[in-house]
Amino acid sequence: MHELAVTESIIEIVSRHAAEAGARKVSAINLVIGDLSSIVDDSVQFYFDYLSEGTPSQGARLVFSRVRVLLECGACGHQWEPRSADWRCPACGASRAKAIRGREFYVDSIEVEDR
Amino acid sequence: MSTRRVPVIERIMGANDTQAADNRRIFDEHGVHVVNIMAAPGAGKTSLILETVRRLQGELRIGAIEGDVASTVDTDKVRAGGAPAVQINTGGGCHLDAKQVAQSLNEFPLDEVDLVFIENVGNLICPVGFALGEHTRVAISSVPEGDDKPYKYPKIYANVDALVINKIDLLPYLPFDLEAFQKLVRSLNPDIELFPVSCVTGEGMDAWTSWLQNLARAE
Repeated sequence: MHELAVTESIIEIVSRHAAEAGARKVSAINLVIGDLSSIVDDSVQFYFDYLSEGTPSQGARLVFSRVRVLLECGACGHQWEPRSADWRCPACGASRAKAIRGREFYVDSIEVEDR
Repeated sequence: MSTRRVPVIERIMGANDTQAADNRRIFDEHGVHVVNIMAAPGAGKTSLILETVRRLQGELRIGAIEGDVASTVDTDKVRAGGAPAVQINTGGGCHLDAKQVAQSLNEFPLDEVDLVFIENVGNLICPVGFALGEHTRVAISSVPEGDDKPYKYPKIYANVDALVINKIDLLPYLPFDLEAFQKLVRSLNPDIELFPVSCVTGEGMDAWTSWLQNLARAE
């Protein structure tokens, strides 16, 4: 349930940027979320509908862009998208994988309506 | 009425990360090494802290910040064990965040300790997503939880510096393959330190406590 804290943070960021842009209302929020950030879209949406009331985000559409995990082997440099929790390199078998993609977690942009 | 796109590119955890960096500065000013302990409920977080405090008495001054949804049960135990402790009650929250830790520092005697354990809320999912300003992250897995947990909760195993495998005195009674388990954990996190221990028999505890002493000395 840490989506509660996360959703509060999203609304705070959006309110700030909407005010800076002189916008009255936000119609969409574009989020980029890596699969390693263990965020459940539906759960964010659930809290968002409740927490956004009375803020510029109220009624905005949440757009989730998921980023798949990409691993790189520290031994042979092979890159692959893992399909399980076993991160051993499928090319050389070494256990030295580092995630080079998949930890993203940010508000990319917002769509605002002008007065 | 027209719609336009406003670029934002702001990390959602940014506010927590900024507070965590402030906490880290405070810990560094006091020369305190901070260890964030994360595990499922019942894995033995408080038992490990108590046993560590007992074994390092007179060698390392240890304190604890105890995170729980409710109650001061753990804080009472740690204080009774002779270490300064403060309680954070999250009131339903599933993890500690950097702001809660910052508030708890107001009543914590940082000058009287060399090492602080932050005992996170019992949970294998959320705590790892929230930096607290700690120097070291440690997870605990206990033998009765089963050796398949890294398959189910890979993120925590991939994002800690060390894993304590607790309750190894129960290995003869349970179908827990210690070697396969360690291999799986290393596949997720090649640099992880592994400490199989029993807080009851004391097996493996020396390796764990000397590792902590080295961390605190480096501070």
